[in-house]
Amino acid sequence: MMKRGIVIGGGIAGVTAASALAKLGIEVALLEKEPEVGGHLRNWDRLFPSRRKSTEVLQFLTKQINSTISIHTNQKVVSIQEKHGHFVVETEKGLIVEGDSILLATGFELFDASKKEEYGYGIYENVITSVELERMFQDGKGILTQQGTIPKRIGFIHCVGSRDEKVGHLYCSKVCCVTGVKQAIEIKETIPEAEVFGFYMDLRMFDRYFEEMYFEAQQQWGINFIRGRLSECSENPDHSILVKVEDTLTSRPLRMTVDLLVLLVGFIPSAETNQLASMLEIPIGEDGFLEPVDEHTLTNSAQHPGVFLAGALKGPVCISETFADARATAVQMAAYLNPY
Amino acid sequence: MKDFGYSIRKDRQIDYDKNDKRVLHYLEKHEPSILTCIACGSCTATCSAGNFSDFNIRLVQTLFRRGETEPLKLEIRKCMLCGKCQLVCPRGVNMRNMILAIQTAIDKLK
Amino acid sequence: MISFNLFVLPFSLGLIYLLYMIARWWYKWISALNPNDKTRFRNGLFSPRFFSAVKEVFLESLIHRKMFKRNALMGYMHMSFALGWFLLIILGNIESRIYSTTHINPPYYPIFLKFFIHDKTVLWFEIYTVPGFFRFIMDLLLLFILSGLALAIVKRSKSRWFGMTRTTHYQLTDKVALTCLWLIFPVRLFAESFTDGYYGGGGGFVTQHLGNLLVLIFQEASQHIAYMLWWTYSLVLGIFFVTLPFSRYWHIPTEILLIFFRHFGIKPQAGHSSFSDVEIGACSRCGVCIDVCQLGVAAHVHDIQAVYFIRSVRDEQVNRDITLRCLVCGRCQQSCPVGIQTDSLRLIERNIFSGSLQSDFGYLPPKTPRQASIVYFAGCMTHLTPGILRAIKGIFLQAGVNYLFLDEQGSVCCGRPMLLSGKHDQAMKLMEANRQLILATQAETLVTSCPICYRMFIEMYDLPMQVVHHSQYILELIKTGKIPLQTHYKKVAYHDPCDLGRGSHVYHAPRELLAKVSDLVHVKNEYEDALCCGGSLGLYTLNPKKRNMVTKNALDILMANQPEIIATACPLCKKTFAKLSDVEVLDIAEMVYPAIPDKTQVTA
Ligand SMILES: Cc1cc2nc3c(=O)[nH]c(=O)nc-3n(C[C@H](O)[C@H](O)[C@H](O)COP(=O)(O)OP(=O)(O)OC[C@H]3O[C@@H](n4cnc5c(N)ncnc54)[C@H](O)[C@@H]3O)c2cc1C
Ligand code: SF4
Ligand code: SF4
Ligand code: SF4
Ligand code: SF4
Ligand code: SF4
Repeated sequence: MMKRGIVIGGGIAGVTAASALAKLGIEVALLEKEPEVGGHLRNWDRLFPSRRKSTEVLQFLTKQINSTISIHTNQKVVSIQEKHGHFVVETEKGLIVEGDSILLATGFELFDASKKEEYGYGIYENVITSVELERMFQDGKGILTQQGTIPKRIGFIHCVGSRDEKVGHLYCSKVCCVTGVKQAIEIKETIPEAEVFGFYMDLRMFDRYFEEMYFEAQQQWGINFIRGRLSECSENPDHSILVKVEDTLTSRPLRMTVDLLVLLVGFIPSAETNQLASMLEIPIGEDGFLEPVDEHTLTNSAQHPGVFLAGALKGPVCISETFADARATAVQMAAYLNPY
Repeated sequence: MKDFGYSIRKDRQIDYDKNDKRVLHYLEKHEPSILTCIACGSCTATCSAGNFSDFNIRLVQTLFRRGETEPLKLEIRKCMLCGKCQLVCPRGVNMRNMILAIQTAIDKLK
Repeated sequence: MISFNLFVLPFSLGLIYLLYMIARWWYKWISALNPNDKTRFRNGLFSPRFFSAVKEVFLESLIHRKMFKRNALMGYMHMSFALGWFLLIILGNIESRIYSTTHINPPYYPIFLKFFIHDKTVLWFEIYTVPGFFRFIMDLLLLFILSGLALAIVKRSKSRWFGMTRTTHYQLTDKVALTCLWLIFPVRLFAESFTDGYYGGGGGFVTQHLGNLLVLIFQEASQHIAYMLWWTYSLVLGIFFVTLPFSRYWHIPTEILLIFFRHFGIKPQAGHSSFSDVEIGACSRCGVCIDVCQLGVAAHVHDIQAVYFIRSVRDEQVNRDITLRCLVCGRCQQSCPVGIQTDSLRLIERNIFSGSLQSDFGYLPPKTPRQASIVYFAGCMTHLTPGILRAIKGIFLQAGVNYLFLDEQGSVCCGRPMLLSGKHDQAMKLMEANRQLILATQAETLVTSCPICYRMFIEMYDLPMQVVHHSQYILELIKTGKIPLQTHYKKVAYHDPCDLGRGSHVYHAPRELLAKVSDLVHVKNEYEDALCCGGSLGLYTLNPKKRNMVTKNALDILMANQPEIIATACPLCKKTFAKLSDVEVLDIAEMVYPAIPDKTQVTA
């Protein structure tokens, strides 16, 4: 009898894994809670490091989907049960899908910036998140303040919701530094006369062409980097934002007025994912993300036979890593379903 | 500058080998959270005392780490112990106890 | 002829020793008072306060009223011992006077009355009153005490019934004294019963019947047994008296002096004083403070609670960690049946253990703020909660309040955080700087958003103006019709901030205000019994993980009735809860602000 795999989550990880499984001759069902596949990718306008359009990647992704994959969108998975090595997945709407193996690819959530009240998100109009800035780029109506003016000075705040004991996330979200540098360049492309500042603690340019992008940001676009973490900001009567940091390189407090303040929000573990994981007794790490069997050698298998993990539910990753990880997970899962 | 054979300026160099790290060692024991500082400067940016003076609580930490004990004695007197710094510190450094512990360590040096 | 027998000696000598010790220590403590307090003490002795003190001694030391309020079983247990014994002594004395044949009546006489007088049936007193009155009443009192003893024995194993999950440990002297105390009354019962049974007719409804039964069994030996029991009775009494000053029971005479001190207006000092010594001695180790302490209940810190802290001070074992690891939340102080001001005791020790910090705030610029009749002081922490600031500014704008925002460019700390390190003198420097700033505005009303500042302004600043917390001020604005409200009710749990509630007794205004904009749900720990959010500046040494455990525990209790919002009235509580809460945490001002219809927009 043909073995069947179930992929939960239709982001980059889920779709890639599903198509890889299909290519390996396995019957797959893919469940996605949103009306369309793509996950967070759909929210980004252009991608680092090259600033290509995200739609190019999305197209690649959708092209991978062939008729052998049965896709169920608008189906949010709420329960997974195991009966004699056989999995029964149920969605909010009551759809029941059965299979022999599960691939979890439910991704991550974004940090809710209003949790850092002193940064004024949700209180000051011109404090926005990197996600909202992406939407502005996508909308193509230009970058404007809430008052409809063109911002002359823009600040980027790194590590919002990451590397912060105060919000319970000690880990680094890995992609926000690059995202910040990418967005800073894009701002300069849109508003060449604007001054752009990045307030950072460490700039983590961890992957290929990232450091080069940082170099370009400085050399070609004149973007300034100030080493100091925002403590708090306040709003001026004209709705511009006064930021307070220590310029740690001169050891002096620094105040600066910006017209737009962008908070580089990080990854947080998805509560939904962790709920599903607990149904299968898959351990959750200290950072809140799912724990695979082995941190080096078996990163694709969950500590539950027949369950596999792909993508950002194991912690912050960028797109290229997600693709590679998803394919590797598909291979692991195929080997489990059809042992040679 | 002309060399008169003496200088009123302190040696610019931090002589790590010679410096006295007893304050650091006392703190490592009595307020281990100081070990985790990443020198982000949030504490200094928000500091109530720093708002009115040149007091720099982040620098205070860097100083005892390097064994530069002398300037600490006067610096920590400026702290109001208000606790604002602690409320923003991303590493959970317990600065108020740190200040009291620095003083206790200095008391012990005598 | 004076009745005497050698066996009265242990009791008599023990009693003399105990009285000597009490006199010696009381004298020592009283003479160590500072001159002002000495005058207070002297004046107090000849004032109505003396009688109010006596009344409290009666209510607290004998009846244990506060203990009763906490837990009836425990109250009864303590009362049966204290009041029962007291009445036994008083009535025993009257009884012995009535039956005595001599004029000289040594103190041991009433204690061992039955040994000396066997036949009390034909005396004049009872002919005119109720026959057997004393025999009945003395037996009843003995039963009363024995019932307390039974409870005490049960408590050793079933402390939960007494509302306690943890109790204190006993030291050797405690054990000796306790054993004697427990033995005193059963031994007395049997000594009296044997005597009554043997000689016939002297006992009451318990001792006589029991005595008759015993004599039936032991026959002639009863006389010897009785004599041995009288010896034992005297011995256990004597040993109890001698060990008492070295055991936990020493708190009894000390507490009596403490009650007098308090009634005479003697107060804790910033450093060690007679008052603090007496407070330390007055702790009964009842352990009530253990179960109310969140550091124990929620964070598994089990060595800092008031009772342990006080013990470590008494035994000179106190150290930096024990001293600085405490929320200074006031919960133990609130619940202590002896009324010990555990907060101030803690700060006295902190002064010693927090190093010789000599603050220097010389950098504070001499400020000349503009004058204003209404002055708003946000406080350090409020600058980290712009949501509160926006709400306050908005409410003031809508109500047309013309005010000066005194610390808009940054606050000078109110001094309480420094005070909490025990550095009273250094805190005074800050307070003085801030006070001058406030005075310079010539304000009539000072409004603050921070309960910590509020408490300081009220307790320590001596300001010639009305000082209000914003919850009180906003309530006034609503009552005087300055701000209209369009309410949209949501289920809200209110958290009393320590410094606003227990610290300043402001419980009503926040609730009245919230009731106008929300549906308040019941919270198990509220008012005086409210929990600390865990963010307290009183806590100097605890890692963030354990601190979070305290917060989580307090949150769980707030969430018990599924509120949609947690409301509080303190920026520090708000920040502390918001870190771990699943529901929104808002300050009272932020609850009111959105309820104002048709607002003009403001900048936060
Ligand atoms: C601000 C920002 C910008 C970024 N920009 C870039 C970039 O430029 N370049 C780059 O390389 N990387 C970028 N990344 C990283 C990139 O977004 C991630 O690597 C990628 O999205 C991870 O894909 P994923 O499939 O693992 O997770 P996701 O994208 O989160 O997909 C998970 C999918 O699962 C679905 N799902 C969740 N729960 C359920 C459920 N219970 N039932 C059914 N379906 C469910 C979700 O709807 C979603 O479609 C960025 C990240 C951030 C935060
Ligand atoms: S990637 Fe950069 S901005 Fe993001 S958490 Fe790490 S250090 Fe901070
Ligand atoms: S506690 Fe001291 S160092 Fe920290 S903010 Fe207050 S004044 Fe500054
Ligand atoms: S806020 Fe904390 S981590 Fe940052 S410099 Fe200060 S002590 Fe170090
Ligand atoms: S401090 Fe008060 S509550 Fe605690 S043990 Fe002593 S008397 Fe009892
Ligand atoms: S003040 Fe609070 S934290 Fe400190 S011992 Fe008492 S109950 Fe515990």
